[in-house]
Amino acid sequence: MSDLLLKAFDKNHGENLPQLHVGDNVTMHLTINVGQKNQRVQLVRGIIIRLRNGGARRNFTIRRIAANGIGVERTFLLNSPLIEKIDVHRHAYVRQANLYYLRGRTGKSARLRERRTY
Amino acid sequence: MKGLLGLKLGMSQIFSEDGTVTPVTIIQAGPCFVTQIKDNSSDGYSSVQLGFGEAKESRLTKGQKGHLGLLPTDEKHPQRKANHGIPALRYLREFRTSKTSEYEMGQQLTVEQFEAGDHIDVSGVTKGKGFAGVVKRYGFAGGMKTHGQSDRWRAPGSVGATSGTAHVFKGKKMPGRMGGKRYTSQNLEIVRVDADRNLIAVKGAVPGHKGSFVVIRDAAKG
Repeated sequence: MSDLLLKAFDKNHGENLPQLHVGDNVTMHLTINVGQKNQRVQLVRGIIIRLRNGGARRNFTIRRIAANGIGVERTFLLNSPLIEKIDVHRHAYVRQANLYYLRGRTGKSARLRERRTY
Repeated sequence: MKGLLGLKLGMSQIFSEDGTVTPVTIIQAGPCFVTQIKDNSSDGYSSVQLGFGEAKESRLTKGQKGHLGLLPTDEKHPQRKANHGIPALRYLREFRTSKTSEYEMGQQLTVEQFEAGDHIDVSGVTKGKGFAGVVKRYGFAGGMKTHGQSDRWRAPGSVGATSGTAHVFKGKKMPGRMGGKRYTSQNLEIVRVDADRNLIAVKGAVPGHKGSFVVIRDAAKG
């Protein structure tokens, strides 16, 4: 019973977000506070390389290739109110739970086979 | 006096509007019943005793039942206490206060006496760590791993001088049983109060394991 009480206490912000899978190519819409008043939305596009469960601490990591071919990974808390929206562009056929093997790859070998859902 | 008895449910985290994360411990606190009021004339000091946690009546001793007023008065026992609507309770704790006149027997206290932003002290029994070494127990640095040392990583080092004192001083920090002792986390901030479910979210950690009994008081050094 105590577990249910605990869960009832967590406000699940992540509920209105789409179902995410490892290998998904997504765009994150993040609220960024610049100074006191200025708020803007920042877009981050990349591949989800891991999903971690943990109740209120659920999080996932996005990997993208930034300028000069440098890989950048960023981890987000799923329940964070800073996540405005997540667009899922494509799903991928993956056999691993965590796509760490992408770190050692660049270019053609870093592609994932698309998994189409009809 | 503000006080409550409760159970530690576990830890979670709460997000603020700007995305800042606050680690919180969630405590199921109250409702508590006033089970006894002591004052100078009756006991030589004044305090209020609170009870918490419904129990099976069969789990209580006859003395406990009598104290809570659960035993009926009959011809043989005309002296027994009257019942003030108090059920069978598992935990009883006293809170020292001079304002005993504000309380009456059987009165219910809930989390509503607290609000977000208040500071409280939470007491409980810490998790038992077993027989612990001096590094874990007192934060000693241990010895060096290199420079020709062996088997000295977590050793306590010297325990005193030689012939000058000729003995090890009493109270010298040494390995031994750690945890399983009463501890009070002081000045914890209340982040949220959920009156419907009798829950309090407190910033930071609270002694004890999940489901352990805790006592909440007004912050002594607030």
